[in-house]
Amino acid sequence: MLLRIVPPALVVRRPHRMIERHVVAYRRQWLIVVSGFFEPLFYLLSMRAGLSDLVGKVSIAGRQVSYEAFVAPALMASSAMNGAIFDSTGNVLHRMKYARIYDAALATPMTPVDVAVGEIGWALIRGQLYACSFLGVMAALGLVESWWGLLALPACALVGLTFASIGFAGTTFMRGWADMEIVTTLMMPLALFSATFFPISSYGSWSWLVQLSPLYHGVVLVRAANTGVWDASLLGHIAVLLGLALAAIVIAARRLDLLLRK
Amino acid sequence: MAAMGTPGALRVASWHLTAFRRFWRLNLLSSLVQPLLYLLGLGVGVGSLVDRNTGSGQLLGSASYVAFVAPGLLVTTAMALTAGESMWPVMGSLTWQRGYHGIAATSLEARDIVFGHGTWMMVRSGIAATAVAIVLACFRETRSWGLLPGILAAIAVGVSFAMPIMAFSINVKLDGAFAGLQRFLIIPLFLFGGAFYPISQLPTVVQWVARLFPLWHGVVMARDFSVGDVDWAGVVGHTAYIAAWVVAGTWIAIIRLRKRLYP
Amino acid sequence: MSEPLIVAEQLIKRFGEFTAVDGIDVQVEKGEAFGFLGPNGAGKSSTMRMIACVSPITAGRLRVFGLDPATQGADIRRRIGVVPQLDTLDVELSVQENLWLYGRFFDLPRPEAKRRSAELLEFAQLTDRATSVVESLSGGMKRRLSIARSLINEPELLLLDEPTTGLDPQARHVLWDRLYRLKQQGVTLVLTTHYMDEAEQLCDRLVVMDQGKIVAEGSPRSLIGQYATREVLELRFAADGNAAAAPQLEGIGERQELLPDRVLIYADDGEHALTETHHRGLQPESALVRRASLEDVFLLLTGRTLVD
Repeated sequence: MLLRIVPPALVVRRPHRMIERHVVAYRRQWLIVVSGFFEPLFYLLSMRAGLSDLVGKVSIAGRQVSYEAFVAPALMASSAMNGAIFDSTGNVLHRMKYARIYDAALATPMTPVDVAVGEIGWALIRGQLYACSFLGVMAALGLVESWWGLLALPACALVGLTFASIGFAGTTFMRGWADMEIVTTLMMPLALFSATFFPISSYGSWSWLVQLSPLYHGVVLVRAANTGVWDASLLGHIAVLLGLALAAIVIAARRLDLLLRK
Repeated sequence: MAAMGTPGALRVASWHLTAFRRFWRLNLLSSLVQPLLYLLGLGVGVGSLVDRNTGSGQLLGSASYVAFVAPGLLVTTAMALTAGESMWPVMGSLTWQRGYHGIAATSLEARDIVFGHGTWMMVRSGIAATAVAIVLACFRETRSWGLLPGILAAIAVGVSFAMPIMAFSINVKLDGAFAGLQRFLIIPLFLFGGAFYPISQLPTVVQWVARLFPLWHGVVMARDFSVGDVDWAGVVGHTAYIAAWVVAGTWIAIIRLRKRLYP
Repeated sequence: MSEPLIVAEQLIKRFGEFTAVDGIDVQVEKGEAFGFLGPNGAGKSSTMRMIACVSPITAGRLRVFGLDPATQGADIRRRIGVVPQLDTLDVELSVQENLWLYGRFFDLPRPEAKRRSAELLEFAQLTDRATSVVESLSGGMKRRLSIARSLINEPELLLLDEPTTGLDPQARHVLWDRLYRLKQQGVTLVLTTHYMDEAEQLCDRLVVMDQGKIVAEGSPRSLIGQYATREVLELRFAADGNAAAAPQLEGIGERQELLPDRVLIYADDGEHALTETHHRGLQPESALVRRASLEDVFLLLTGRTLVD
C-alpha cells in the first residue's frame, strides 16, 4: 500500500551502505580526517590569544562575556558548516563525475535516494566528530558554561544536515571543478557575516541581511545552547534550518535521479 | 636576482601567462572581493568592537583597528595566493600535465623553470596586492601613500613563500601533503602571523615561530609604511631576512628540479 | 517452456529529439548467451542500461524476470550483474574491498560478502593482488575485477557492455574463458560488442543493431549462411587501384564490395575466385581467402564497416 503512495524513487532503504563504503575508504586517509579538526581550533586559539584583550567584553543574552566565549560557539557552528560543505561538494563531485562510484552503486538495489541520504549522513557524521572534539576543547578552555552546552552537538548536527543537503543539491548542478570556485566564494561571506565574529546588533538597520544566512540561525542555536539561555524564538531558527534541509534533500534526490538514471 | 631577467625565465613566465588568460576574470574578481569581505567583516565589524574598548588604542599603536588590519590583508593575500599556486600547479606540471617536462625538452632548463615560476609569482602577487590596495584606497581610514611600498612588501612575501613551497612540491607524491601544508602552515600563519593583532599578544614561543617565517616581517613593514612610522634600519633587516628565504628556496628548488627532470 | 528471461516489445529510448533505441523486439531465454552487435551509437548500450534498470524506458514494454523495471527495479537489480562499458571500480579501495563492499550494496552479510570475494578473486586470478589499490592494476586485470565484482550477488543474468574493448588479445582470451565457464554454470549472458570474433565465440544467438533498429537476428552461423557466402576473397591493389580494378572484377563470385583500402569478393570458393582474378590479368598487391564472418554480415546489412 505504501509503495503505491510513495513514488519508488523516494524510498530510503540502505543509505548506510554508502556510509560503510566511506568508513572503509577513509581508514587509509585518517590523517586527512583528523587534520580537519585543527582549522577551527587554530581560529579559536588565535582569537583567544590575540583578540580577546583588544576587544574586551561582549554582551550576549544580557550578560558580559569574553570575546573568545562569544566567538567559540560561532566557530563551532561554522566548522560544522565547513565540514558538511566540503564533504558534500568537492568529494561528491569527484565521486559522481570522475570516480563514477554512484554509477556502480546504482547498478545494485541501491537507489539515488539511498546515495543522497547516505552522502549527507556521512557528511553529518564527520561533522559531528569535529563538533564533539571542538566542544571538548572549549570545555577544557573553560568556555562551556553548563551541561546544557551539550545541546550544542544536536545544534551542530542540524547545521551540518542543512549545509550537507544544500551542498549536495548544489553539486548536482555543477559542470566541473571550475564551479567549486563558486562554493568558496559563497562560503566566505557566510562565515564572516553570520554574527560569528561580531554581534548582529553591529549591523544596525542591515541586520535583516544577516537573517538570510542559514549559518546565522545555526550560530544562534549553538550560542543559546552554550549560554543555557533560550526562548520560543529558537523554534523559528530550527524551523528555518530544517525546512532548508528538507527542500534540499528532495532537490538532490530528484537531480541525482535525472543525472544518473538517464 | 638579476638572473630572473634572463630570457629563459621570461619565456617560462609567458608560458604561465598563456594558461592564466583563460581564468583571469574570475581570479581578479576573487582578488578584489575576498579582501573587501575580510576588510568589512574583520576590519570594520570586529573593529567596531575593538575601537570602543579603551585599552586597545595603546596596543595598536593608536591606529584604528581597520587601519591596523588593512596592511596585513595586503600581505596575507599575496602569501595565500603564491602558496597555493606553488603547490598543486607545480606538482601537476610534473605529474598529470607534465608541462615542465615539455619545457625541459627545449633549450630551457631547470633554472629557467624555477626563475620563470618566481617571475610569474611576482607578477601574480603584484596584481593581487594592487587589487587589495585599490580596495583599501576606497576607504578614508585605510587610504595612504604607504600602500605603494606595501605592495612591494607583499610581492616580496609572495615570492618568499612561492620559492620554498615550490622546492617542497617538486617531490610530493600525494597531494594530501598540500592539504596538510595549508592547514598546518598557511592558515596558522594567517591567524598568528601578526596580521590581526600585534604578536606581542602571543606567548613568547609562538612569537618566535611567527618571526621565523617571512610573513610577519612583511606585515610589519607594510604596516609601518601605511601608518607612516618607518624604521629604515628595520626595513633593511626585514627585507634581508625575506630575501634570504627567497634565495634559499630558489636554490633548493633548482637543485631538486634538476634531479627530478634529469635523473 | 518457461517464460523468457528478458522480453522487450517495441522498446523505445529517446534522449530529447534523438532516438537511441527505435522500437526493438527482443527475447532472451534462460541459460542462453545473447549478443547485441553493432557499431558505436547503434543503441546497444542504451538497451543494456534499460535492461539493467538504470535507465527508464521511453515507450514500449520491457520485462526482466517477468518484473517491470519501472516499479520493481531494485528487485531486478538484486538478481543481475552488470559490467559497464567503462570500469566503475572504486579507486579509493583495494581490490578485495571493491568486491566485498559491493556485496554489501546487495545486503549480503559481511562474512558472506568476504567469503564470496575470496572465491571471486580466485576466479578472476587476482588473489595475489587482493590488497593492491585498483590504480596499479593493468587494463585486463581491471576488467577481470569488474566481472568478478558483477558476480558478487551470484546473478542469474549477467550484462556485459563491450567486455573486451581495449584489451590485448591474450587478456581477451582469458576473459572469454571466464565467461564461457559462467555460461556452463547456467548464468544467462547478455553482451554487446563490436567485435565479430567475440560474438562468434560467445553468443548462441545475436541481433545486429544499426541506428536504433534490429536489422538481423539469429545464430552467428545462420546469419553468416543467410547474409554472406562461405568464403571471402580480400584483394588489395596498389595505390588508388582498388576503385579502378572493381569494374574489371564484375561477375566473379556472387557479390563484391569496394572499401577504401580493399575489394571484397564474396564467393563460396575463394580460391577459384582468385584464379579467375588472375585470369583476367589483374595483379593485386595482396590476396587473402578467409571464411566469411559477422563483419561481412554487418557490411551487407548496413553498407558500413563495424569499427569506424
